[in-house]
Amino acid sequence: MKTFLLHIIIAFVAAYQFFLHLQVLPYNATTASGVFFTVFFLLWPTSLLYHPSYFRKLPKAINLFFFFVKEVLLANLKIAYDIITPNYIMRPAFLALPLTLKDDVGITLLACMISLTPGSLSVDLREDKGVLYVHTLYVKNNELEQMKKFIKHGFERRIIELIT
Amino acid sequence: MLENIDMLLVKEIISSVFILAGVAFMLIASIGLLRFPDFYIRMSAITKGATLGVGLILCGMGIYFNQPSMLLKVIAIISFTFITAPVAAHVIGRTAVQNRIPFWHKTNTTELQDYLKHTLLEEKVSPDEAADNNHHTPE
Repeated sequence: MKTFLLHIIIAFVAAYQFFLHLQVLPYNATTASGVFFTVFFLLWPTSLLYHPSYFRKLPKAINLFFFFVKEVLLANLKIAYDIITPNYIMRPAFLALPLTLKDDVGITLLACMISLTPGSLSVDLREDKGVLYVHTLYVKNNELEQMKKFIKHGFERRIIELIT
Repeated sequence: MLENIDMLLVKEIISSVFILAGVAFMLIASIGLLRFPDFYIRMSAITKGATLGVGLILCGMGIYFNQPSMLLKVIAIISFTFITAPVAAHVIGRTAVQNRIPFWHKTNTTELQDYLKHTLLEEKVSPDEAADNNHHTPE
């Protein structure tokens, strides 16, 4: 995390200096973000020397981010379809999701991601941090286990890979 | 010159698509707020639809203006919205469950009893009260 922030700051300063001193490219958002990401991804392989786990984790973080965006869009389309058609296709359920994550930051991240995915809402965490209670829509054929497996396999596995 | 005009048009089309998609999501979420059957489903619809709508509208704005300063502000607004929205939804949902707001009659609440057993409000729940927690709401 520290390395990530440090790299972001370095890339930001580098992009700023690039446009301050060189007039090679026109100054607009596309070129600025292009320079920023170029510097950022050029810094990434250098972390092998001083922070090998960061080198391993960055692709996983990007993977998690895109998976999350995909889930949010798909679930929003699903719920929009349910709103504008006359019959409800949803089958809501209240789940007790057993957690393999033990880390506080990881559980917070998982709960926030579940809450942001439409059709699921994290309600509460048991005191021993073992079970997360989730309210979901769209449980097919009352198969609670399958829904749990989907959340565990989709979000939790990626977060565990990212944190450990 | 020709290339310049083309780029402007493309930029405008992309940003309009983003903004219209965001507005559509927000409109649909508001309709969902009116017609969904119970509290939890309504909250699911409105918090997430509005968050995604705001995100898409701001993305469109960032593309339209195409200035680094604007882009930074847009990124800041989007990230803060996405950090705070689930926290509010979580707190409201938790309060609702603990105050026993009834669920929709098609909701599968088999695991709710397990939850009620473990909460702090355990002493308030007599067994028969917990059993008829799943009131039928009018559709």
